[in-house]
Amino acid sequence: MKKIEKAKLNDLLARLAEASTLYLPVRKGGKVNFAKWTKDEEYCADELKTVKSAKDVFFPQSENIVSFKRESSKITILPKELPTDRTVIFGVRACDAKSFDILDSVFMSEPADSFYTARRNSAVIITTACSTPEETCFCGVFGIDPANPGADIQTWFVGEELFWEALSEKGKALTEELSDMLSDADEKEVEDEKSRISEITKQLPLNGLSLENFGGDKTNELFDAAQWEKLSQSCIGCGTCTFVCPTCQCYDIRDYDTGNDIRRYRCWDSCMYSDFTMCAHGTNRPTQLQRFRQRFMHKLVYFPANNNGEFSCVGCGRCVSSCPISMNIAKVIKSFGGDNK
Amino acid sequence: MSCTCNHGENADKLVPVRAVVTEIRTETPDVKTFRVVGIDGSNCFDHMPGQCAMLTVPGVGEAMFSITSSPTETEYKDFSIKRCGLLTDYLHTMEPGQEIGIRGPFGKPFPVDTVFKGKDLIFIAGGIGLAPLHSVINYCRANRDNYGKIDILYGSRSADDLVDFDEIKNEWEKEDGINVYLTIDREQEGWDGHVGFVPSYLKEIGFKPDANRIAVLCGPPIMIKFVLQGLIEMGFDKTQVYTTLELKMKCGIGKCGRCNIGSKYVCKDGPVFRCDEIDELPDEY
Ligand SMILES: Cc1cc2nc3c(=O)[nH]c(=O)nc-3n(C[C@H](O)[C@H](O)[C@H](O)COP(=O)(O)OP(=O)(O)OC[C@H]3O[C@@H](n4cnc5c(N)ncnc54)[C@H](O)[C@@H]3O)c2cc1C
Ligand code: SF4
Ligand code: SF4
Ligand code: FES
Repeated sequence: MKKIEKAKLNDLLARLAEASTLYLPVRKGGKVNFAKWTKDEEYCADELKTVKSAKDVFFPQSENIVSFKRESSKITILPKELPTDRTVIFGVRACDAKSFDILDSVFMSEPADSFYTARRNSAVIITTACSTPEETCFCGVFGIDPANPGADIQTWFVGEELFWEALSEKGKALTEELSDMLSDADEKEVEDEKSRISEITKQLPLNGLSLENFGGDKTNELFDAAQWEKLSQSCIGCGTCTFVCPTCQCYDIRDYDTGNDIRRYRCWDSCMYSDFTMCAHGTNRPTQLQRFRQRFMHKLVYFPANNNGEFSCVGCGRCVSSCPISMNIAKVIKSFGGDNK
Repeated sequence: MSCTCNHGENADKLVPVRAVVTEIRTETPDVKTFRVVGIDGSNCFDHMPGQCAMLTVPGVGEAMFSITSSPTETEYKDFSIKRCGLLTDYLHTMEPGQEIGIRGPFGKPFPVDTVFKGKDLIFIAGGIGLAPLHSVINYCRANRDNYGKIDILYGSRSADDLVDFDEIKNEWEKEDGINVYLTIDREQEGWDGHVGFVPSYLKEIGFKPDANRIAVLCGPPIMIKFVLQGLIEMGFDKTQVYTTLELKMKCGIGKCGRCNIGSKYVCKDGPVFRCDEIDELPDEY
């Protein structure tokens, strides 16, 4: 266990930013999100959750994947170069850290997405324990512990200090690079902090949700359930829940003519949108009920069916706090008998 | 055979390679068949019958098409494409010599070298649905000893809408061990063949539900539905019937989240499915 005084944290961040591209939660336009950090920016360490998850860093909201040129009948294809610079993401919460594992099983399974994989392989993830989990949080339901956020390096803010524990080889190597800035620390204070966090977690209203009615073998049982009608009734299909969600991975691919060349970009898309599956013979999900059901069935049934029972939700609660009609995955779980408290 | 067409460092499955359209054949008023060759004269990539590829026109977009040529035709890939939107409209205006982008192959092929081996095969197609079956049929013809009797039932709106008509007439119909049944929806001058929808013609023909037979269907959803019903009534089991599904696709590799039905991605777990497998999927296709 290592530590550093909070007052010196900015020096450490500056060091990290010199040798890598550093992402951390900063406030822009009134909202806190993960963004590239520069010295003038304030690290919003107290913000529990960024508005969007940290998935942007590996799976940007929009990115060019290839560009083309057309000259009469000839074309040129220029694949975008893969990013190789080392990236450090600081201040990732336990839920977002776990979401990377879920996204890995999508993007890094064969055939791997080389853009995602290159970014993922060149990144070091530094997590921060949640000192004050909120009532929208239910990561515990998915076996996530906000007191032990994991990843390459995990940290805790306690009093005037930041405690630091390297877990992976990558994390240990980075810790070594910073050894002159970190001093040895006693585990005791961190253990106390962990118990304090656990006490809060136990009290959270959504932490008692039960997933026993969901899982990979439940398609037939749940697909035609009467509940979907009522649950989806007010959904306006805005897609907010999918955009803020750390595990939502749907994307679109489109071309943009700059006048000089043609850029093919990949951008986030949403299964909640009415034209998502529109094709030459129509769409197979013409109603919002079907689209709504798709989102939740994917997270709670289809994804587990393809990934050894793992759910595609980390209980971050972003959809709980951002849906304009106050619908969310916690309500879906409850309506299928998962309210165990 | 790997592709060397201008791929550079990044061989991501989403990045197309250069290819050239060498021949364009007008099949029907709204279907043309495009012959595509890699920019270095190669075949870009190997495929098996039933697999698909994404074709790109830079600035217009990209869409998924069945590879309609058989893998035994190793010099090129053919695509039979129906005009119905932005990209397909553009493709129909192209001239030979035009370069395009291609990536693939995508999806699971028909089990031509396993389940189909030694079997009598019945192919039933409607309209542009012949495209994927054309590949299987020519693969079977090229490896004739591996398969039993071949029956082909193919129908379209009108005589002008039958794809691959010349090949059917001049090659398929003339071969021993192959029976071809053609039909069109309505009477038409100059047509002395069968008139009526594919499912009703199927009943008239009345294939025997021999355990050694496999039926392969492709066509509009409504045709599939009634043909399948017909086959079941004749005594066929769903495990003897194969078909392909078609949903909107973007990535082709099970990641963009677009083409799933339940936990299956049509782009990677399909497009070929056995009909009893389809029964297990939620009703959303
Ligand atoms: C596995 C597979 C195999 C296929 N094989 C073949 C084949 O062998 N031959 C073949 O011809 N086709 C095949 N297709 C279909 C082919 O992919 C489509 O015809 C093609 O995508 C159409 O592209 P487009 O750009 O021309 O049409 P688009 O411009 O995308 O339009 C298609 C139709 O959808 C409508 N549409 C599109 N977007 C919207 C929207 N947002 N709202 C309302 N309407 C909309 C358009 O008006 C139009 O009628 C296959 C598809 C799949 C998935
Ligand atoms: S945020 Fe709410 S209203 Fe918007 S698509 Fe999601 S569930 Fe529907
Ligand atoms: S579904 Fe909601 S709670 Fe679950 S990971 Fe996504 S945004 Fe967070
Ligand atoms: S086309 Fe992207 S998941 Fe099938």
